[in-house]
Amino acid sequence: MNKTSLIIRREYLTRVRKRSFIIMTILGPLLMAAIMIVPIYVSQLSGEEKKIAVLDETGLFYHRFTDTENMKFSHVYGALDTEKAQFRAQEYYALLYVPKTELSVPNGAFLYSDKQPNINVKTYIQDVMKKEIETLKLQASGIDQDILESVKTKVSLVTIKLDDGGKEEKSYTELSMVIGLFSGILIYFFIFLFGSQVMRGVIEEKTNRIVEVIVSSVKPFQLMLGKIIGIALVGLTQFGLWVILTFGIVTAFQSAYADKIDAAKAKEMLMKQAAPMGTQAADTQEAVTEDNGVGEVFAAIQSVNFLLIIGSFLFFFLGGYLLYAALFAAIGAAVDNEADTQQFMLPVTVPLILAIVMGQFVINNPEGPASFWFSIIPFTSPIIMMIRIPFGVPLTDLILSMALLVLGFLATTWFAAKIYRTGILMYGKKVDYKELWKWIRY
Amino acid sequence: MDIIFEAKHITKRFAAHTALNRVSITVPRNSIFGLLGPNGAGKTTLIRIINQITGPDEGSLFFDGEALKPHHIYNIGYLPEERGLYKKMKVGEQALYLARLKGLSKHDAMSKLRYWFGKFEIQAWWNRKVEELSKGMQQKVQFIVTILHEPRLLIFDEPFSGFDPINVNLVKEEILNLRDKGATIIFSTHNMASVEELCDYITLINRSEKILEGSVRDVKNTYKSNIYEVSGQQFSGAWDSVLPGSMIPVRTSTDDNMHKAAIRLSGNAGPNDLLAALLPHMEIHALNEVIPTMNEIFITTVGQDSRETKTEEVQA
Repeated sequence: MNKTSLIIRREYLTRVRKRSFIIMTILGPLLMAAIMIVPIYVSQLSGEEKKIAVLDETGLFYHRFTDTENMKFSHVYGALDTEKAQFRAQEYYALLYVPKTELSVPNGAFLYSDKQPNINVKTYIQDVMKKEIETLKLQASGIDQDILESVKTKVSLVTIKLDDGGKEEKSYTELSMVIGLFSGILIYFFIFLFGSQVMRGVIEEKTNRIVEVIVSSVKPFQLMLGKIIGIALVGLTQFGLWVILTFGIVTAFQSAYADKIDAAKAKEMLMKQAAPMGTQAADTQEAVTEDNGVGEVFAAIQSVNFLLIIGSFLFFFLGGYLLYAALFAAIGAAVDNEADTQQFMLPVTVPLILAIVMGQFVINNPEGPASFWFSIIPFTSPIIMMIRIPFGVPLTDLILSMALLVLGFLATTWFAAKIYRTGILMYGKKVDYKELWKWIRY
Repeated sequence: MDIIFEAKHITKRFAAHTALNRVSITVPRNSIFGLLGPNGAGKTTLIRIINQITGPDEGSLFFDGEALKPHHIYNIGYLPEERGLYKKMKVGEQALYLARLKGLSKHDAMSKLRYWFGKFEIQAWWNRKVEELSKGMQQKVQFIVTILHEPRLLIFDEPFSGFDPINVNLVKEEILNLRDKGATIIFSTHNMASVEELCDYITLINRSEKILEGSVRDVKNTYKSNIYEVSGQQFSGAWDSVLPGSMIPVRTSTDDNMHKAAIRLSGNAGPNDLLAALLPHMEIHALNEVIPTMNEIFITTVGQDSRETKTEEVQA
């Protein structure tokens, strides 16, 4: 055991001292913090004011374009050709031309600009025109303006989780989705990143020809285990440093610019940022924040059982890593160089990719049978279970999944050790699946 | 004879072939024991079994009279033929790591490393990365790491490969030194000249079986064919007519009035009889017995063994 700890120490120290580790450790949080901070910061900037000339031949949009922070609209009344020729000179950003049409309501307009117009400008104009034209059409069909106003409704659906004891708790579907998907993707990423480090480490020992020197002192299994555990510690260290540094940078930034940043707006932006699966969640989130303000956001965050999520994240990260790392080690032992790993990588990566693909279905239906099975099977459970957990998972499912994951990694380690001990001393032999099968049975 | 290591009837089968077939070796204490054989004969497999890297399918192993156990690896030092170091690691750090894997405490390992790095004049390299070292320099580090824990049994597989002649001598001297200090050395090589120079005993393995063993002297005596080489001047007459029937010239040559012949003696005839027969006819400058080199013995025995096996295969 003492020797295994020597191996773990070496594997750990050589890796955390590497320049690439240090760079990644610093760069990671900077990137993460940038992802969180930059959009907030940018949203605070007023940006360049854009003046837009409106040449409306229909007269329907007179003063319908209300000025925004970045856009100022003013009407012009010259002929199109004159306006086209001079709008630049008058420091207009663009010229909007609504031609007169035979129809009672127009269905198109032109936006002239000397460069590609800003997407915000474009959507804003489209939105305003769309609303206006819709109203016009409705009015044309005889619907009264007052009725139109009264039809516009805002619905806010507050979901309440009712537990067995009858205790009510507001649930926040969107936040659960964000946390679940984020943890799932993080586990996927870590398994790949550190699993392939194990594989490269084994190949390095083989190509350096140091492996026989070492296995004359320790058992091959100790060497494999030492490497896997050492790299797991590297992963945990990096993850820990990322969390601490990201938190540190964000906090520092917030306190430095606290006066400039509207806290509520910042939180809202964070929510939007963290919801990559589309506007749907962000919109709803917006609705929640709009209706209930900052307090609601804090309530949402406080409703998350962070202890459970962090605890199970660590468990499923380690379990999933151990399960796959052993397989990666076996692949490394079976080949002579990294180029030969392709044929064996496929069966190892397919379940991982499948899990990430399935994740999108699981998130829409965390209670369904597919979600259940994929969160129980050890090869996909680390990712799928992490996606399910924020939604609340029955304890029996969680225990079953954890137990199977432990059994799963014991099985893959046993299986990998058999390939490993034969493979590491085998040089210059083209290994195929038939050969691997022989090593396992041997 | 005092035996330090013994392997009895070792058989090792792999999926496709048998690597060792009931091979036994006996290594006398405090000797240099040559483990010889052509490529693929099973030497490396046997060495890996001695180092407990793999286990035998059949047979038993004894270290110093005890059945071989995992803790015996602390008394064995092994320099494999396929050897290397972590390229990105610093030399000193790496030597320390490998020494500690052999069970040395950090303190002991450091003081021993300091001694050996001084002796091999590589102290300056302590903080360099291995990839900056020449191959010979790396070999020195590996050699030091192999012997550092002062094992009672040392196994060197092609120890001289990668060394220049000066370092070959350095290592040779160290090997002899180690033996004089009480260590036993199992030495596997294809370089027959170094076998001749270093080994006390040999075992020859071919095609998974042991075909020859014994002390170098005994083996040579067995293979000598009672041929004497004689050279002299002022030779008159012909070899055939001068020599009696029990002495048959197998090779003769004349070079600038120097006459040479290799003569096989048979029956009771000895070197003195040969001298007596030649003295009246020539001025003798030299007479010596032709002793086969290890190289010749290797080629003869392995060649014979292979031919026999082939015939057997054909007959079968």
